[in-house]
Amino acid sequence: MATAHASNSSNLVLPAPLPLDSGQALDRVEIAYETYGELAADKSNVVLIFHALTMDQYVASPHPITGKPGWWSQSVGPGKVIDTSRFFVLCANVIGGCMGSPRPASTAADGCPYGMRFPVITIRDMVRAQVALLDALGIERVHAVIGGSMGGMLALSFAANYPGRVDRVLGIATTARHSAQNIAFHEVGRQAIMADPNWREGDYYSDGKSPDAGLAVARMAAHITYLSEAGLTEKFGRRLQDRTAKSFGFDADFQIESYLRHQGLSFTTRFDANSYLYITRAMDYFELAQKHGGVLAEAFRRARNVRFCVLSFTSDWLYPTSESRHVVQALNAAGCRAGFVEVKSDKGHDAFLLDEPVMSAAVAGFLAAAATARGLGA
Amino acid sequence: MTVQTSSVREDFKEIVRLVRPGSRVLDVGCGEGELLELLGREKNIDGRGLEISAEGVAAGLARGLSVVQGDADRDLDYFPERAFDYAVLSQALQAMRDPRHVLHELLRIAERAIVSFPNFGHWRVRLSLMTRGRMPETRALPDPWWSTPNIHLCTLADFLDLTEHLNLRIDACVAVNRDQPARQINPGGLLENWRSENVLFLLSRRAPPTLKAGTGDLFGG
Repeated sequence: MATAHASNSSNLVLPAPLPLDSGQALDRVEIAYETYGELAADKSNVVLIFHALTMDQYVASPHPITGKPGWWSQSVGPGKVIDTSRFFVLCANVIGGCMGSPRPASTAADGCPYGMRFPVITIRDMVRAQVALLDALGIERVHAVIGGSMGGMLALSFAANYPGRVDRVLGIATTARHSAQNIAFHEVGRQAIMADPNWREGDYYSDGKSPDAGLAVARMAAHITYLSEAGLTEKFGRRLQDRTAKSFGFDADFQIESYLRHQGLSFTTRFDANSYLYITRAMDYFELAQKHGGVLAEAFRRARNVRFCVLSFTSDWLYPTSESRHVVQALNAAGCRAGFVEVKSDKGHDAFLLDEPVMSAAVAGFLAAAATARGLGA
Repeated sequence: MTVQTSSVREDFKEIVRLVRPGSRVLDVGCGEGELLELLGREKNIDGRGLEISAEGVAAGLARGLSVVQGDADRDLDYFPERAFDYAVLSQALQAMRDPRHVLHELLRIAERAIVSFPNFGHWRVRLSLMTRGRMPETRALPDPWWSTPNIHLCTLADFLDLTEHLNLRIDACVAVNRDQPARQINPGGLLENWRSENVLFLLSRRAPPTLKAGTGDLFGG
């Protein structure tokens, strides 16, 4: 029997092919997921957490490759903000991801890895896969869906497309659409990968030579967008790395260079370059209002009985507060019940992973609030 | 932003009395959500809040309230028409950049507005200005002129003019003075502009079309 402290790693093959927005379908979809805490007899205590671009289902358990603690282990656990002695926390690897769910590295019907034959997926496809997982687990309705960054996009998409299956939706440092700037940074990353001679049109799984250099550069560029200028200055400034003078060469003279190189390199040990291409594409395609004539409020019209909470961070320039405000204004216009606060932090986008007391208090209050959400006038 | 006096609690009690059970209430400038919590407890309302300070919003969210960080001068525009039964603006009208627009918006998004503010026509304010020759600092208006959030102070008589201008109906008016029980008043009464320290109005739109017959009961039935 699972205890509140332990996690359970599971895999489940969906009983039916998964239809995709592209018109294609994925056969034999196996979803890898982690659970924490115990499912109540009436299944009323499910909290579904959606992970971000480069994360995975190991939200509060050690990562099997790096051995590092789960990416949100300071917030998820017994007695923590997302209390696993009360909630049954479920986190699944998104389709396209690297930790067990269908991905470009998976084996296709012909016995070879998909590579670039893997269908292009969307945020909604990722959500659809997890709704199919809930179906397979016999979970009709969840207490909350929670996500930061890309996870927040999944949470908003879940609310818009499956409003009857969730009581409350929490989106942190997220957006309802990818901006030109967001797409631009992702394109830099993708081009870095595709410019790596080892990429070979994505067909690199057979000989162990993967486009690590390209993937590392993609990670370096992206990592900058996760931090704030003030945070970088405080952490690194212009300080030199293990030396007292500039080398008049192109070594990593500065600490920030050394840090980014390390981030890039270590990323390649746990992430697949093709997955990075597919997931960033899915994020770029994300625009929740698109199917609703460009009016975001229309996307939330059916979600009037859902409670929403949106959090942003002052120094997040990747998904800035203006994007959260845009979401909140649409929620208000749709008559949804919404909470929103901009949390003061100099930690940039990655603040959502850290222990920000204001965020923690808001999340705890939001999850605990009486479930008496009622929509505004019809 | 709100005026820190003990009469504010009296103000809340009066609002609780006015609001009908089970109604939908938007508290504009809700601070840390005390009023929303009180209304939830006493009147089982469906409440939402709008608050400009992150600290206030965070406290409200931690209480489990649905509070949105935003600016009443700007963000009321995003709420749909008649989404609420009541929009409350407690001791904050005088801090708005455009009080007339805010009042108009309150009665666009709600059937009724509950608005309270410190009365600049109160005798203490008049006496303070007359005798000291300086901007009044009273128990209802404790801040010096250079740091007060109250940028659009008005008297009871001024506010009545504005309600006429906006074609609003006054469904109730209450004077809230410190250390005294709240008192229902005729806002046009001769002495009220002198003796009311804070005033609270229940307002609705005078013009048709959506005012239903029989909703004129003033104190929540």
